[in-house]
Amino acid sequence: MAKEKDFEEMLDNLEEIVQSLEKDDLKLDESISKFEEGMKLAKECNKKLEEAEKKITILLNENGEVKEENFVAE
Amino acid sequence: MKIEPISVSELNKYMKEKVAEDEYLKSVFVRGEISNFKHHYTGHMYFTLKDENSLIKCIMFKSSTATLNFVPKDGMKVNVLGSVAVFERDGVYQIYVKAMQEDGVGDLYAKFNELKDKLEKEGLFDEEHKMKVPMMPKVIGVLTSNTGAVIRDIINVSTRRNPNVYIRLYPVPVQGPGAAEKIANAIYFMNEKKLADVLIIARGGGSIEDLWPFNEEIVARAIYNSEIPTISAVGHETDFTIADFVADLRAPTPSAAAELAVTDIFDLEDRIGLYKNRLQILLRKKLELLRLRYEKCMKARVFIEPDYIIKENYLKIDSIVKELESHINSKMKDYKLKTVEKITKLDAMSPLKTLARGYSVVEKNGKLVKSKSDLKKDDIINVRLNDGKIDAKIC
Repeated sequence: MAKEKDFEEMLDNLEEIVQSLEKDDLKLDESISKFEEGMKLAKECNKKLEEAEKKITILLNENGEVKEENFVAE
Repeated sequence: MKIEPISVSELNKYMKEKVAEDEYLKSVFVRGEISNFKHHYTGHMYFTLKDENSLIKCIMFKSSTATLNFVPKDGMKVNVLGSVAVFERDGVYQIYVKAMQEDGVGDLYAKFNELKDKLEKEGLFDEEHKMKVPMMPKVIGVLTSNTGAVIRDIINVSTRRNPNVYIRLYPVPVQGPGAAEKIANAIYFMNEKKLADVLIIARGGGSIEDLWPFNEEIVARAIYNSEIPTISAVGHETDFTIADFVADLRAPTPSAAAELAVTDIFDLEDRIGLYKNRLQILLRKKLELLRLRYEKCMKARVFIEPDYIIKENYLKIDSIVKELESHINSKMKDYKLKTVEKITKLDAMSPLKTLARGYSVVEKNGKLVKSKSDLKKDDIINVRLNDGKIDAKIC
């Protein structure tokens, strides 16, 4: 499980950016850069949601060696 | 002499009294297995109690059934407390049961509480040790039997909340001998190979014996040592096993466990969409405000008519000059008036005027003489007339 940017962290950052813009005590260029960063984060979050791929598998122990196969609950 | 036969009832009556006299049979504590159990609509319970070689009929009146803390079922091992008596009509002796308890249950509960206290003292249930379940686990590890409703429910709930979910099932026996070891090994295996970001340990409802593997110490320790956050969903909502106490999160049912493990991505997508809108609205509002301020400035006269300042300053200067002039003039007028006034006043008081009218001014030694008494004979005085001065002597 590669430890890239954790989804939860990205979402928290996005939330913080929205809050900081809401406080509206930023200079214009700061607001613009925060805005861009927020939009980028939102895009990445959505990407992470879509890129996952459905997999339902079962781990089978065949003579000591564990294999992973697709599993359908009957 | 002819032996008169006695009636069946007489025989049964005799038997009933014989049995009733026996002290021991007044209160017996019997162990056996329940079979052909019937819960009569009157509320009374009828069943037989058997062991490998024989059986005996039992009856438990409704009033006694109130003390039961479990639901009797065929095949259950129980201990019954009651009295033995003959039921005359059928010529049968049976146990009239006053209390009943699952056999061996007694000690299971004791073992459960004992282990629970021991592990609790050791700190296996401590809140601080419990890990947070990640919001977006990439892989959901599930430890349960690969047949039955549990895994089906977990899959259904998970895919409904996140169609792209990755569930990895490690099948384990959920009851019976050896189950605990297999469950514990499964937990270690998933940890060792890092095969999941969250673990669900689940099984359906059952008796305390059925759930027993989840009360075993080795499962408790496996859960405690697991670096992967674990969610336990063992038995019915009301059942609490040791696994539930040790797990990072306890779910009342397998479906609830899936809900805790799998975040609903549709909610997430909405939330992200909401944030995007907020960002756009906020930035637009900011730009709007700044533009308004900018336009307000641009509307200022200084930009529309840049030289107006110069004009205005000219005007200012002119007006100041005018003011100055008017001030000065009025000042001059004042002074002129004042001086004329003074002159006329002076003139009016001027001694020359009185001289002109024929009066004269007498001085002695430069001092004005105002009364006769200031003068005496032979004094030299000076008399000033309108047209000049003369000296004179007092005679």
